[in-house]
Amino acid sequence: MNFTNFGKYILLLKAVFKKPEKTKIYVKAIFQQMNFIGVGSLGLISIISTFIGAVMTLQIAFQLVSDFIPKTIIGSVNRDSTILELSPTISAIVLAGKIGSAISSEIGTMRVTEQIDALEIMGINSPGYLILPKIIAGITMVPLLVIVSMFLSITGGYLGGTLSGAVTPADYILGVTTDFNPYTIVVSLTKAFVFGFIITSVPAYEGFYVKGGALEVAQASTRAVVVSCISILACDYIVTQLLL
Amino acid sequence: MIEINDIHKSFGDNHVLQGISGKFESGITNLIIGGSGSGKTTLLKCMIGLHHPEKGTVEYDGREFTTMDFQERIEIRKEIGMLFQGSALFDSMTVEENIMFPLNMFTEQSKSEKLDRVNFCLDRVNLEGKNKLNPAELSGGMKKRVGIARAIAMNPKYLFVDEPNSGLDPKTAIVIDELIKELTEEYNTTTIVVTHDMNSVMGIGDYILFLHEGKKFWEGSNKEIAHTDIPELNDFVFASRFMKAAKGKF
Repeated sequence: MNFTNFGKYILLLKAVFKKPEKTKIYVKAIFQQMNFIGVGSLGLISIISTFIGAVMTLQIAFQLVSDFIPKTIIGSVNRDSTILELSPTISAIVLAGKIGSAISSEIGTMRVTEQIDALEIMGINSPGYLILPKIIAGITMVPLLVIVSMFLSITGGYLGGTLSGAVTPADYILGVTTDFNPYTIVVSLTKAFVFGFIITSVPAYEGFYVKGGALEVAQASTRAVVVSCISILACDYIVTQLLL
Repeated sequence: MIEINDIHKSFGDNHVLQGISGKFESGITNLIIGGSGSGKTTLLKCMIGLHHPEKGTVEYDGREFTTMDFQERIEIRKEIGMLFQGSALFDSMTVEENIMFPLNMFTEQSKSEKLDRVNFCLDRVNLEGKNKLNPAELSGGMKKRVGIARAIAMNPKYLFVDEPNSGLDPKTAIVIDELIKELTEEYNTTTIVVTHDMNSVMGIGDYILFLHEGKKFWEGSNKEIAHTDIPELNDFVFASRFMKAAKGKF
């Protein structure tokens, strides 16, 4: 995103956060988007998180082969890496692909078929009507999905570790529960909040300013996913640096 | 009445509109005509605020539109109905929801009042009972008619129509033209139709503004258009085989 695009993005956000024409309609749209972003992504996030947790346990066990290191460390490392990094970041990148491309194509198609012009002619603040419900749904549902992801990833680690014999159930549970710092949850949810904003606002921006036809909508959709992923990784670093 | 004065609009080096002026009265069908790339749609978009002209004014019954801020424009836009070239129906909504949308946004009517209005509008465009269909299930002509129904839902004072007959068979095109004319006369709206269809021009052109290469070349009515000595206009009017064959019979 160059500076001109960043400026346009900020101006679009300014229009997004204007007072809604009718709150009732916006609230209905927010719930629809929550259903799409939250409930619609639950299955995908569950599968990915469970497998990542299982694989993480196996890899940690593979690397910690010394007799001087207690096996409980597998649970601790898995817990902290899941909470601090894997759940928020991997979930956000997966959601950027699923949700981001959908948002960008939906708004882009509305642009090229003059549906956004139709909203403007009716006197409706189109950025607010189209984008605000998506952003609110994103910043509320992504943290909830990340909480689910954390739980399933740690559970997946338990299943993967115990089924393969890499760690005993008692060692894993002891590791997960020892020296837990609740502040890591705060950091994780802060990341999820920021990522939820990026996943919805960046693709919305890309879709909103599409010019042309089907090809340009597809290009905008690809760009939306790429820019969202890079922004997620950059913000991941910034939030980690600020909070840890 | 809508009055435009000295409208200029460019895209980069391309000077699309070069000082267009005109007066569009209410209760009659006003047409903006011209060949492809003559600036018709750009002029329409400047009039409704989708494009910002570099110079010139647009007045809605004396209210200067071009200098208004977003909030002031909303008040005028509530009085505007528009039919887009591709109908621009919201894909995610049914026919009923499309027509009800502006009513939901800007009125405090009860659900049954809104439904009555939707049914009235659908009845007006001869689409009774099609409430629950999705836009994808409609033919081109039906989409146009739903677009008109949505445009008139708020009882607009100003009706803009962009290429109403594009992609329609001649019979359906006449139905749409007649509907626009009927609505204009019935509700005394200021109606502006952008078209290059000579059937529409001859059928409903009460006032016609002819654009060529971004300039106003001629204005008049459908009774006068076939009798001018402007070569650019004659080239446009008598371009089709049908009009060539009919030359001299008007």
